[in-house]
Amino acid sequence: MTHVTRFGWLAAAGFALASLGADTHVAGAQAKTFKIGFLYPVTGVFAAPGKYMQEGLELYLKEHNGMLGGEKAEVDVADDQGNPSVGLTQLRKLVEQDHVDVVFGPLSAAVGSAIVPYIEQHKVAALYPIVSSDDITQRTPSEYIVRTEWTSSQPTHVLGDYAYKTLKYRKVATVAYDFNFGWESLGGFIDTFQRDGGKVTKEVWTPLITSDYSPYLSALPRDVDAVVCSFSGSAAVNFIKQYRVFGLKMPLLCQGNTTDESTLDAEGPESVGIVTALQYSAALKSPANEKFVASYAKAYGHDPSYYAEGTYVGAEYLDRGLAAVHGNTADALAFVKAMRAVRITDAPRGPVHFDDRGNPVENIYIRRVEQQGGKLQNAVVQTFPNVSQFWTYDPAEYLKQPVYDRTHPACNACGG
Amino acid sequence: MTLQRRWLIAAGAGFIVALVLPRVGVPTFYISLLTQAWIYAIVAMSLDLLVGFTGLVNFSQAALFGVGAYAVAIAATRYHVVDFFPVVCIGIIAAVVTAAIFGLVALRSEGVGFIIITIALNEIVWGLAYQWVSVSGGDNGITGIVRPPVGPFDVSANTGYYYVCLAFFVISLILLSIIVRSPFGLVLKGVRETPRRMRALGYNVWLYRYFAMMISAGFAGLAGVLFAWYNQFVGPTSLSLDQSTQILIMVILGGIGTLYGQLFGALVVVFLSNELSAVTQRWEMVLGVVYFVVVMYAPGGLVVLVPRLWARLRGLRPAVERT
Repeated sequence: MTHVTRFGWLAAAGFALASLGADTHVAGAQAKTFKIGFLYPVTGVFAAPGKYMQEGLELYLKEHNGMLGGEKAEVDVADDQGNPSVGLTQLRKLVEQDHVDVVFGPLSAAVGSAIVPYIEQHKVAALYPIVSSDDITQRTPSEYIVRTEWTSSQPTHVLGDYAYKTLKYRKVATVAYDFNFGWESLGGFIDTFQRDGGKVTKEVWTPLITSDYSPYLSALPRDVDAVVCSFSGSAAVNFIKQYRVFGLKMPLLCQGNTTDESTLDAEGPESVGIVTALQYSAALKSPANEKFVASYAKAYGHDPSYYAEGTYVGAEYLDRGLAAVHGNTADALAFVKAMRAVRITDAPRGPVHFDDRGNPVENIYIRRVEQQGGKLQNAVVQTFPNVSQFWTYDPAEYLKQPVYDRTHPACNACGG
Repeated sequence: MTLQRRWLIAAGAGFIVALVLPRVGVPTFYISLLTQAWIYAIVAMSLDLLVGFTGLVNFSQAALFGVGAYAVAIAATRYHVVDFFPVVCIGIIAAVVTAAIFGLVALRSEGVGFIIITIALNEIVWGLAYQWVSVSGGDNGITGIVRPPVGPFDVSANTGYYYVCLAFFVISLILLSIIVRSPFGLVLKGVRETPRRMRALGYNVWLYRYFAMMISAGFAGLAGVLFAWYNQFVGPTSLSLDQSTQILIMVILGGIGTLYGQLFGALVVVFLSNELSAVTQRWEMVLGVVYFVVVMYAPGGLVVLVPRLWARLRGLRPAVERT
């Protein structure tokens, strides 16, 4: 008796699987729409900034009646949970089952790097609105990917130069996350600051998951002109609060994510005075940005951050790229090329165009956290126009050095 | 009909279904999810050898799985060793050597102490993968791992690779079944039940546990190798403590001490987590409820629960399931 029931169960399972597949096949082969495979962290540790990504894309589509490049846009959401293995599985679903025309996302650099081979093998067009790993547009660029936001070291190259030439700092210590994003973002600062003639006397790296920063704060030398940092999310909140509680008086110069609009309120008045660099600020005074911020705040009840501006502008690239290829996305390379040819003059962040490796050349803003009318914001104090990912260096020379990491560029005055 | 024959028939039928699935129009996405399930089933079975048969709750299984996976990536990208069978051997050996070191440390204690030490060991390996960038690529991991052909067969496509993983799953299931039924396996069960009596009988309990850990690691390493080729990418999340927990959940869901039950555990975890996350943002909560229900109402796992429910539906008494 029992074996019959087991047969039945297995058969039922097999049938269920097969029919599940059949359904989705039919759905996949329907009418002419532009399908966006939106891969982003809906859940997991990056869920909070992920929400901003979703809102930015949604707002653009809403403002354009759901149309991109003259076609009806359809968004297929896939949750990568900020985990590369999950991201790969979800990407397979978007490509093999939903047959999306473009992959839009992700947020995490680790996911972004992991999915590159799959994208190339399956010849899918991809737009990276957020991921900043330097090498995606430096040493290992991909013809299938257009990256519309930034490289990790792009704003900090500027910050290093600004610290030496404008703020006249000569000696700094650094503290950041001990992983690729921390190394690359601070690497940019250390590189330009040291080449200008500045000295870095100590580098402190903190584990990714740290709630108590006191041992790392104790390790910071007090006789420096400033402390340079790079954090994001709850780590940024914890770091800033504890830095103030510790009573440290050295000014903080940080990578822009540290005072991102998504965490600024949580950081509170302790964040006032921190100087950062990024390609965007919600407080940027320009007609395009003021319009964007107003409609964003109206729709979602809070200021946008660069995550939201990133997907908003990313959607504009899809829009104009699609129009340029007249809706033909079958040739992914041509579609990506068309998107890279787009020049946006009035993005909320300012004018943007691409260099020949597919990375934006754009304004970098030096920002200072200020409290105006009880509201914290990243007030823009200086604009560096048209900054490339290679700063002022010769790209060929620049690419000869390895990607920034824990030991490169070497700290010139550590232990001395 | 004897219980064993029924199982053989059920297993044979299941195997045939598994063989024809890619040929009957099941979309490639589901084929790749099933491939993932075969791989996870292997590592879950390897953990079951420890949890279910030796009485060791090991939280470092993901580290061994990950060592296998990183071995593939490092062999391919740094030393250009890419052939199928040599790489499989390298992955297995790497995992076994790691387990041999783990065992020396972890087996100094039992019970909760053992659990805590294995958690710590897993974190150490994770930390290495995360921070030893020159070798592991850090957070970004290692990409560019190409699936080599198996002898004359090209398995770079989903379907071909599906069969490779299915074959390794079946081989692993058979080997592990032989091991647990062997005199060695019987001693392991004795160690699980009453280590003190086994010691009194003159068995070297420590050594049996040590060997069990190394055998288990071999299968975990094999699964890791397959996983690296499956994703063509290796990163620190595949050897995180989360991953260890997930493997343990598969074992508990499927049925501790059943081996074959791990396949159902793996299927449920892989399919639920991927399908549910498309439906609701609260998918982790749903998974939690599923785990809770299974553990509360079917401590023997899905292999007990499903036939029991079926029998109840038909008004029959439950059959005896555990072998």
